[in-house]
Amino acid sequence: MAAIELRGAVKRFGPITAVDGLDLEVPEGICLGLLGPNGAGKSTTMRLLTGQAIADSGELRVLGHELPGDAKAARAEMGVVPQLDNLDVDVTVEDNLAVYARLYRVADVGAAVDRGLDLARLRGRRREAVDKLSGGMRRRLLLARGLVHEPKLILLDEPTVGLDPQIRTELWTLIDDLRTRGTTILMSTHYIEEAERLADEVAVMDKGRVIARATPAELIAAHAGTHTAEVYGPPERLTEVRAVAEEQGLAVRPAGPAIAIVGSERAGDGAVPDDAVIRAASLEDVFVLLTGTDAE
Amino acid sequence: MTTPTGRRLRRLEPAAISGVMSREVANFRTYWKGTTFSSILEPIVYLIAFGLGLSATLVDEVNGVPYVQFVGTGMVATAVIFSSAMPAMFGTFVKHRFQNTYDAILAAPVDVEELVSAEMLWIGARASVYGCVPLLVTIGFGLDPAWGMLLVPIFCFFTALGFAGFGVTMAAIVAKIDQFNYVTALFVTPLFLVSGAFFPINELPEGFRILAQLNPLHQLVELVRGGAFGYDEIDLIRFAGLVVFAFVMWRIAVNRMEARLID
Repeated sequence: MAAIELRGAVKRFGPITAVDGLDLEVPEGICLGLLGPNGAGKSTTMRLLTGQAIADSGELRVLGHELPGDAKAARAEMGVVPQLDNLDVDVTVEDNLAVYARLYRVADVGAAVDRGLDLARLRGRRREAVDKLSGGMRRRLLLARGLVHEPKLILLDEPTVGLDPQIRTELWTLIDDLRTRGTTILMSTHYIEEAERLADEVAVMDKGRVIARATPAELIAAHAGTHTAEVYGPPERLTEVRAVAEEQGLAVRPAGPAIAIVGSERAGDGAVPDDAVIRAASLEDVFVLLTGTDAE
Repeated sequence: MTTPTGRRLRRLEPAAISGVMSREVANFRTYWKGTTFSSILEPIVYLIAFGLGLSATLVDEVNGVPYVQFVGTGMVATAVIFSSAMPAMFGTFVKHRFQNTYDAILAAPVDVEELVSAEMLWIGARASVYGCVPLLVTIGFGLDPAWGMLLVPIFCFFTALGFAGFGVTMAAIVAKIDQFNYVTALFVTPLFLVSGAFFPINELPEGFRILAQLNPLHQLVELVRGGAFGYDEIDLIRFAGLVVFAFVMWRIAVNRMEARLID
């Protein structure tokens, strides 16, 4: 049984179609990265899965529960880590965990709190108010709160957005541990590195639909080939190089001050200048080619 | 509704409601001192200013009741509306718009009806305690204790439930926090001024007297005075009216919050 099944899900907000006939299946035990630019419909998809948004049409099933009718039962078995920190800042670390253990009907609240404190590595600060914690500690606590009932499925909505690299790496380690233990994870992100590092499979989402899905390596092979050539120089030169490459049917994308010729191993004579920097093709190349949006 | 582990999930589950209330209790432990201090000090200041000040200069008694006791019993209603409608309005708005608390709660197996019910019950319980403070202070100012006063927390509870529902509804409707100024000016202040807390409403023009009968705070004031000075048969109808008020506001609050919280 798939942990998540969406068939033709549509969600509109007035004239805007945030989710547009989305088909998505997440098998049990994998980490699926939902990668897409801002406004691709990732957060709306997450809200559909928790019953906080109701689809205008389509079929949604989470852990065997039909949504929206059985959303409450589905939520009892899944954990959610939101994009924004919504901890109770005046309340102690342990009370933050205890409240959610009760909300999730955990039988042994004390044990759940201890487990959460261990996961967040905050045992020594259990009686401190949350507003005394650093940003990284708060983020770990937020993750521990979403896992306080040991859910089968966890939804991570942009789990490391706005965090500095050190905290991001810490969280990646925690998420990777969960994946190793067999928890099904659906993680929305617009960070390429996060998807590459954590996801077994990546679904690229744009304009409310999944436009490509495979393992990171398969996506790269299918859409970007093996190598990418980055060419630096003044704008006039880059325009010339781009024109030659595109004449040969190669995909070219902007890459900061340079242009990137994707699939450069297929380039004919003269398409890739001698001074180009050749590197392995990346998920970022795929993302930009498919969505037309610069990656982060 | 049953989860694969066999746990039944129904509407208005006590576990969901107590879970949400436990969050309120955890937060309340961080600010109860200030709230309690002001809830005790305010009636003392009012009683000194209105009760002793006015009774010494302008009004000695109303309907045979010393003015300080008339105001003291009336101030229960003031305490109830200010400890129910106001925290419901501002608390709900802040938790929803600024703290994103409801997103976290609704990601757990809690629905909007349970969330709103728990918030209202907590505010009702708190206001039923704080509502009694002016009565206790008035006893300190010479009001004789009476057995009928034991029912006052129940009257306060149902009135506070209704005004908590009103506050939650307003929080779901307004677009900006500043708009609570309109709500306060148009509803809260007139309701407590024409509740009969500070002067008897039979002194008002007929139109106002009729409107006052529709004011739940006026019914509360009459019930509290009944508790202090003796109940009438009509007080049963007054109490039934407060229960209906609480029920209607609960359903409206749930409806408006569902529209606000579920896309």
